[in-house]
Amino acid sequence: MKVDWQTFWPRIVEATFETLTMVLTTLAFSTIIGTIIGLTLFVTRKGGILENKWVSFILNLGINIIRPIPFVILLVALTPLTRLVVGSIIGTAAAIFPITIAASFVVARVVENNLISIDPGVIEAAEAMGASPFQIIRTVLIPEALGPLILGLTFVTVSLIDFSAVAGTVGGGGLGHVAMTHGYQRFDTSVIVVTVVILIILVQLSQWLGNKISRKILRR
Amino acid sequence: MITFHNVTKTFTTKNREVTAVKDVNLTIEQGDIFGIIGFSGAGKSTLLRLVNLLEEPTEGKVTINGQDITVLSKKQLREQRRDIGMIFQNFNLFTSRTVFGNIAYPLQLAGVAKGEVTRRVNELLTFVGLTEKAKHYPEQLSGGQKQRVGIARALATSPSILICDEATSALDPNTTADILQLIQKVNRELGITVLLITHEMQVIEAICNRVAVMEEGQVIETGTVFETFSNPQHPTTQRFIRATEQDLPSAHLLGQWSDTQLYRIIFKGDRASDPLLSKITRKHDVDVNIIYGTVKELQQRFFGNLIVSFEGQPAAVAQVLQELKQIVEVKEVQVA
Repeated sequence: MKVDWQTFWPRIVEATFETLTMVLTTLAFSTIIGTIIGLTLFVTRKGGILENKWVSFILNLGINIIRPIPFVILLVALTPLTRLVVGSIIGTAAAIFPITIAASFVVARVVENNLISIDPGVIEAAEAMGASPFQIIRTVLIPEALGPLILGLTFVTVSLIDFSAVAGTVGGGGLGHVAMTHGYQRFDTSVIVVTVVILIILVQLSQWLGNKISRKILRR
Repeated sequence: MITFHNVTKTFTTKNREVTAVKDVNLTIEQGDIFGIIGFSGAGKSTLLRLVNLLEEPTEGKVTINGQDITVLSKKQLREQRRDIGMIFQNFNLFTSRTVFGNIAYPLQLAGVAKGEVTRRVNELLTFVGLTEKAKHYPEQLSGGQKQRVGIARALATSPSILICDEATSALDPNTTADILQLIQKVNRELGITVLLITHEMQVIEAICNRVAVMEEGQVIETGTVFETFSNPQHPTTQRFIRATEQDLPSAHLLGQWSDTQLYRIIFKGDRASDPLLSKITRKHDVDVNIIYGTVKELQQRFFGNLIVSFEGQPAAVAQVLQELKQIVEVKEVQVA
């Protein structure tokens, strides 16, 4: 049975908002968690301002275990934990938890890579001026890495749109869910086309916004 | 006053140990502009970083005004570092901050009130001559301007010591001269002790009063700039001097004098202004032929180096040499 577009548009609008909610919420959570992990990775690495072999080793191991797992598998594997934390495994809220976990590790690596590209001399200068490790993190590492970091987060946002669509296919809400149930399972190509077009627009918008913000910070 | 007591710094990498600084004893007096010169890899950069403990000594101790800084707690060390300004070869300015923001940074770290920060930064901008550039970002500045910002930032917390890590090595000769003048002004007007490292003789000659020559982690020669450079003992020191001035013409030119005995006369201090060569040779009826030479100013004193030959009766020449030797340094030049 094909959808009746006269009555289906409100459902599309609703699904778009669900997707936006998932993307923005997970972006906020994963940025916070990922930045903390990424900073920890950077400062504890060899020669770092808070060098710590064990913390560095364990974090790297954790990331290297989680990251290669395909998102759809991670999503299913995290189900018991999701039920425990969110109380349900269906719907938008339930999708936010596994997406945040997966995205945090991506953000962590993005943050770490951007920090590595900071000139070590600048960090040394701050140390020579009597800055404590936490002052260095707050006043040197974050501001110096912010421009490229915004670009990295834009890249992550695009992945989040992808992740949210995948989560939608296995019980999460949003455009992925709509595409899966109405488009794929009922062979309605028009639904697939509409959802894909909306996803493309979302990706373009976030890329445009990310470029604009990072350009402003990088002054170029 | 900065003192190094038997300081050794060893870096341990996976497969081997590298001793960057080996048993160094050195004293930098209050008010000095002390230069450490060495070729790259000599350990001077590590030695400099031992002063503010960016590198910790493996053995020995470093004292500043009598205080052994290696025993300070982390918090005390951060306090101590505010008394030691540091500037760098690559300036190391914060790209996310304006010129004003860069200079304000150490004051903000120290918790200085906002109004006082503004007052102090403006004062420093005037001192380094960059009042127009306060709102610019580092990438909008020339190398010399960047180093001026670096100096202003290093001076923000009114330190008693300024350490300079190859501060002019990335600059062109004209800008180098400007920055060296500024460092001299810091020393003279603010009474700040300067410790600098360089591989350039010109830097030492231009502003330092005392010098240490480093090689393979060790201090091989130290003293006042005038004594050290007018009478270098160690071959490495001699090489540095030859880098800015040749004390002998090339072997090719020298070969033309293989049948004549050449002498090298070294004048120091105020003697270079006396017509002594002319007086003594005239007295003994000997002709002097100046083949090669330089007379220059080093630390407000003359330093002359002449290659000459004498023509006259052998006995008279011997008399001339004997009299000259009582006043200046005379060496026979070996022509290969």
